[in-house]
Amino acid sequence: MSGKPRLTYLNGRGRMESIRWLLAAAGVEEELTGFPSPLLLDGSLLFQQVPLVEIDGMKMVQTRAIMSYIAGKYNLHGKDLKERALIDMYVEGISDLMQMILMFPFSPPDAKEKNLESIKDRATNRYFPVFEKVLKQHGQDFLVGNKFSWADVQLMEAILAVEEKVPAVLSGFPQLQVFKTKMSNMPTIKKFLQPGSPRKPPPDAHYVETVLKVFKK
Amino acid sequence: MAAGDCTAIAEILRNQARGTMSGKPKLHYFNGRGRMEPIRWLLAAAGVEFEESYLEKKEDLTKLRKDGSLLFQQVPMVEIDGMKLVQTRAILNYIATKYNLYGKDLKERALIDMYVEGLFDLNELLMMHVYLPADQQDQNFANMMDKAENRYFPVFEKVLKDHGKDFLVGNQLSKADVQLLEVILMVEEDKPDILAKFPLLQSFKARISNIPTIKKFLQPGSQRKPPTRPEEVPDVMKIFDP
Repeated sequence: MSGKPRLTYLNGRGRMESIRWLLAAAGVEEELTGFPSPLLLDGSLLFQQVPLVEIDGMKMVQTRAIMSYIAGKYNLHGKDLKERALIDMYVEGISDLMQMILMFPFSPPDAKEKNLESIKDRATNRYFPVFEKVLKQHGQDFLVGNKFSWADVQLMEAILAVEEKVPAVLSGFPQLQVFKTKMSNMPTIKKFLQPGSPRKPPPDAHYVETVLKVFKK
Repeated sequence: MAAGDCTAIAEILRNQARGTMSGKPKLHYFNGRGRMEPIRWLLAAAGVEFEESYLEKKEDLTKLRKDGSLLFQQVPMVEIDGMKLVQTRAILNYIATKYNLYGKDLKERALIDMYVEGLFDLNELLMMHVYLPADQQDQNFANMMDKAENRYFPVFEKVLKDHGKDFLVGNQLSKADVQLLEVILMVEEDKPDILAKFPLLQSFKARISNIPTIKKFLQPGSQRKPPTRPEEVPDVMKIFDP
C-alpha cells in the first residue's frame, strides 16, 4: 500500500504514455505492474479495457478521465472555469494529433507513407501554428494563465513524438523551439527525459505484434 | 416621438426578444446530430436556450475558417460567454461545470468522466454507422449492438443496482445521466428491445425522460435532431471533404 498510483498496461507507450507524462510532470512516482491476464477477469476493468490506473482508492479507466483527475488533483487544470476550457481545448486538439501517431505503427505497409505525410501536414498546418500563435501573443512561458498546466505537458509530449518521425518539424516555429527547451529544463520533465525513467521507447515491430495478440477480439 | 423612432425601438425590442444580442450560446454545425448532439442534449437538460447556425455547403465552413473562428479548423464550435469553444469534450465540460452537472468534487467528476468516456466510445460507433461504406455496415451494426448489450449497458445497470439511487453519480443529475439517456434512445432507434435485459435502465430511461427540461427536449419542435438518413450523407460529406 505504497500510496503510489499503480498503472496497468503493456510495456509500451500506447494510450498510457500521456498518463505517464502527466504523473511525471506532476512529480508523482508510479508503481508499475505488468499485464497479468487474471486481472481482466476480476471486474477491475470497468469496460474491459486498459489503461487502468489505481489511484486514491479508485480503479480508474478511460484515458481522459484519468488525466483529468490527475490534472485536477495536482493543480494542472487552470485556476478557473475559463482557463480550464482553454486547457481542455488545447489538450483535445493535441490529442487528435497524438491519435494519428498512436495508430501509425498499425498502418498497412502501403499506407505508411501517406499516413506519415498526414501527420506532418496536420502538425505543421493545423496544430503547431495554433500554439506558436498562443505563445507569441501572450509572450509567457506557459500556454495558459502563466502557469504550468496539463496543456504544456501534452504539447511537449506531442512535439517530441512528432520530431521522432519528422525531425525538422519545428523549423518554422521559433516560439515552440523555445517552449521545448524550457519544458525540457523543468526539473520533473528533465528527470522523465533521462534514461531509467518510466518513459517508454517508440513502438517497434515487437510492440505492434504484442498489441495485436493481446487485444485480439 | 417620431414614427421613425417607434419603428427603430420596436426593431430593437424584437431583436432582444429573438436573442440576436442575447448572450445565448450559439452552435455552429450542420443541421444534424453528429458530434454536436451531446452538446444540444446537455444545454437542453440544463434548461439553457441556444441558437444554431447551420453549415449547409462547403463555403459556410470555409468562411468560418477564414474568419479565424475555428481554433483547429473544425466544428463543432459553440460561442458562449465571449469564447469560441471547439472540441466536443471541452465544450461539454464547460457547460457541465457552469450548470452544475459535473458532480460535487473531484472524485465524483472522475466517475462521471469514466462513464461519459465509455458512452462516447459507444456513441462513436453509432455516429459513424451511416457514413460507412455499405459493405461494412452489417459488421458495424453487429458490433454496435454487441458492445451496447455486453460491454456498456451492463455497467450502468450494475451501477444503478449497487447504489439504488435515481442518478448515476452522487444522487444528482449530471452529464453522465444525460449522456446515458441519449445513447439508450439512439440504440433503441436501431433495436427497440435493447433494454429487455436491463430493468433498471428501463426505469432510469422513464425517470430521466420525465425531467421537465429533458421532457421538453424530447417533444416535437425541440432542437433535437433526427438521425441522419443515408440519402443525406453525400450532402454532409460535401461540406467536410477537403
